[in-house]
Amino acid sequence: MSLDSKCPDGPLEDRWKQHKAKTLKLVGPINRRKFNIIVVGSGLAGASAAATLAEQGYQVTCISFHDSPRRAHSIAAQGGINAAKNYQNDNDSAFRLFHDTIKGGDFRARESNVYRLAEVSENIIDQAVSQGVPFAREYGGTLSNRTFGGVLVSRTFYAAGQTGQQLLLGAYSSLMRQIDLGRVTMLTFKDMLDVVVVDGHARGVVLRDLKTGELSVEMGSSVVLCSGGYSNVFYLSTNAMKSNVSATWRAHKRGALMANPCYTQIHPTCIPQSGDHQSKLTLMSESLRNSGRVWVPSAEKDARKAAQIPDAERDYYLERKYPTFGNMVPRDVASRNAKYACDEGKGVGPNGRSVYLDFRDAIAREGEDSIRTKYGNLFQMYEKITGENPYQTPMQIYPAPHYTMGGLWVDYNLESNLPGLFVCGEANFSDHGSNRLGASALMQGLADGYFVLPYTLADYIARENPETPDSECAAAAEATTAVKERLDRLVGVQGKRSVDSFHRELGMELLDKCGMSRTREGLESARAKIRTLRDEFWSDVRVPTGGGAMNPEIEKAARVADFLEFGELLVVDAHNREESCGGHFREEHQTEEGEAKRDDANFTHASAWEFTGVDEQPVEHKEALEFEFVQPSQRSYK
Amino acid sequence: MSGNLEITLKVWRQEAADSAGSFQTYQVSDVSPDSSFLEMLDQLNETLITEGKIPITFEHDCREGICGSCGFMINGQAHGPERGTTVCQLHMRSFKSGVTLVLEPWRAKAFPVLQDLLVDRAPMDRIQAAGGYCSTNVGNAPEANANLMGRKDASEAFLGAACIGCGACVASCKNASASLFTAAKIGQLALTPQGQPERAKRAARMVETMELEGFGACSNTYECEAACPKEIPVRFIQSMNREYLSAKLLDDEY
Ligand SMILES: Cc1cc2nc3c(=O)[nH]c(=O)nc-3n(C[C@H](O)[C@H](O)[C@H](O)COP(=O)(O)OP(=O)(O)OC[C@H]3O[C@@H](n4cnc5c(N)ncnc54)[C@H](O)[C@@H]3O)c2cc1C
Ligand code: FES
Repeated sequence: MSLDSKCPDGPLEDRWKQHKAKTLKLVGPINRRKFNIIVVGSGLAGASAAATLAEQGYQVTCISFHDSPRRAHSIAAQGGINAAKNYQNDNDSAFRLFHDTIKGGDFRARESNVYRLAEVSENIIDQAVSQGVPFAREYGGTLSNRTFGGVLVSRTFYAAGQTGQQLLLGAYSSLMRQIDLGRVTMLTFKDMLDVVVVDGHARGVVLRDLKTGELSVEMGSSVVLCSGGYSNVFYLSTNAMKSNVSATWRAHKRGALMANPCYTQIHPTCIPQSGDHQSKLTLMSESLRNSGRVWVPSAEKDARKAAQIPDAERDYYLERKYPTFGNMVPRDVASRNAKYACDEGKGVGPNGRSVYLDFRDAIAREGEDSIRTKYGNLFQMYEKITGENPYQTPMQIYPAPHYTMGGLWVDYNLESNLPGLFVCGEANFSDHGSNRLGASALMQGLADGYFVLPYTLADYIARENPETPDSECAAAAEATTAVKERLDRLVGVQGKRSVDSFHRELGMELLDKCGMSRTREGLESARAKIRTLRDEFWSDVRVPTGGGAMNPEIEKAARVADFLEFGELLVVDAHNREESCGGHFREEHQTEEGEAKRDDANFTHASAWEFTGVDEQPVEHKEALEFEFVQPSQRSYK
Repeated sequence: MSGNLEITLKVWRQEAADSAGSFQTYQVSDVSPDSSFLEMLDQLNETLITEGKIPITFEHDCREGICGSCGFMINGQAHGPERGTTVCQLHMRSFKSGVTLVLEPWRAKAFPVLQDLLVDRAPMDRIQAAGGYCSTNVGNAPEANANLMGRKDASEAFLGAACIGCGACVASCKNASASLFTAAKIGQLALTPQGQPERAKRAARMVETMELEGFGACSNTYECEAACPKEIPVRFIQSMNREYLSAKLLDDEY
């Protein structure tokens, strides 16, 4: 299989313009309503895609397992969204945003895609404001900005610590308007459990109604997956409890390639785990590093309280090692250094696995009120969870799984190798390379949904003139039967262990062996362990039945069954990539200073994996990455 | 472990919307004070599953107080005793060992119980769909800084924008009114430059949809404000009433 990225060539700034003008075909306004497009997910990517396609005149069916489209995990994003508006007059530009993102991603993303993202970023802010999204403003009434990691300009737009909520409610309001106008059919409480492929094209999905347990199919002209990321494979992550890999994994099993699954992001500033009861980890937005200073005691195992440790005995290690970027280094660098500090025995907190994020100096400089205005809800959240007041004592933080750069392989048009299957937002692998910079996931999800997909999907429709197959066609029946058999098998095990206990065990193994740092031996043992755990799951899991048609344990079991398959691919990819880049850190490959050491000669490519069967070796397909406008270099944030 | 809590729960169990429900009593031992309320329920569910029993259904997702999925009554209080806190953010350190807690789903005609502590809140989406938006298509938007907005209006609008759509306002109201929820959106957009063109029509349609969906009327007891995890003030309801009245007076405008 050869992977054609369909990236245009020519000058970087003209590529998307030329592609739209010369390559992408149009569908006439009157014809659009003949096509029904299925959008799975109503997060930033799904809600923006569904609303925009409906505005253009297509019939859209939008699907979510949530009770309302507004619950999607995008709602939890805190810190902000990037856009190259240059409102702060600090010499920002689309090229600079592009350059920062490519470099931040450690030169493992496509130049054409990333430039397009930077180019449309400005329109996203305009669009959000026109929906009434309440971004933070200056006294003069203009929009405010803050700075995020890995960059030297101020280009992040925010709405207190609730940026994702406000952007999602904006996209949701556009979606609700289209529902009101009768152009979007919203199906809530529906879990998508398979893709229906008819004559080689994605034409439908199999759904399980979470209220009644019934299966049904929804057929259409094409399918757009906007189902989010897979950080929950690690069990404990900052993602919402129900975030999962199932939609993309089922598509993968139907032929869509999964690219770079080992590119996972461990976010540096999260509230550390406090005990075995813990069900999820809470992020403390990266924006806090604008004001907070990261440190550990200089001496090992220093048991004094933070306030009793004088400045001279504190190691502000990020400021020391990276004087130019200081506390604002990219996430992978910040996380790795927190781990090093704790590995050296300088960590703080009950089990020595945290570092301080200290606001003392910022409060002294700006006053408590100013800090409260910027981060009030984050400080409050911290206090609710830990019972400590961060205005008085420094926060304790530790890295946690947060975002997944890997995902389904897509070309420049956001179409997967399975024709008719498009993938947007965190679910695709496209724009962040091996490390995502802060405030760029919201940007990407909305860029995909508002500004890219509506053009590229139209081209697919214009070229293919796809008919909606009958919902009783053979392919739909086959997919429904396969889903039913799998669910029956799950429920039929009636073993002794809960679904959660398997999920926890898988997650802990992955975090240990395939988390912030990875070794060849560790990955090999993890793979063996995952296989054993998967067998055990299928012979000893207990899914309770008999308590009514609604059964959240079946939902969970189906997701964990997929994680147990996907987890193995994650490890295989990490084992295969014999280099370190961004969030993928192989201990065998590091510079003398402990930074990620890429192997550009052998690994300047995306690894897109083909499914060959559970327990089988997947097949790798490589998409070579070319760099014409930035020269890959050893990243330096010093 | 020492310092851990013993909790007695009386939980509403109901298999489906059309089946009868009843309270069941459970003991939960060895609860860490650092665990959240939902983690305490996870712990109980894990035990129920291994004992071959049916776990308790409750809605949740983000577990950080922002998605609005969670929510039930604890001893008659929506989201429990702590102000400005969703039940997922409530921690067990707020309770003494030995307490008995009664857990019930939101009770409102418009919110049928689906199972145990989980209710159907779809009517809230229908209120939003009745004009809780600015009619702007992608491609129409003017430059973001073209419309300025002063900080005073911006911060007031933000209070309304913070609504997470959990339904606690409805559950805490003796009339099961969705006024605070509806008012939060009407008020936010009424203060926003982009919300002006459809201001009257929005207020009228959203208020009328709220009534049609079977929510009660507001009788100014302000329980909603006390229960709201985002502490949205009731003055939004007063301004909604003004918006609605002036929309009606200007009837021909929309
Ligand atoms: C705590 C936190 C804070 C963050 N802060 C920031 C930030 O400040 N800035 C930034 O840029 N990024 C941030 N991110 C990342 C960003 O929020 C996400 O990457 C982004 O919102 C993902 O959007 P999405 O639309 O792709 O997916 P999601 O918002 O996860 O939506 C997924 C949708 O798919 C549906 N779905 C999934 N599977 C199925 C299925 N099988 N069947 C039916 N429906 C399904 C869900 O119901 C949901 O509607 C943050 C992430 C976290 C976890
Ligand atoms: S689970 Fe999201 S608000 Fe409680």
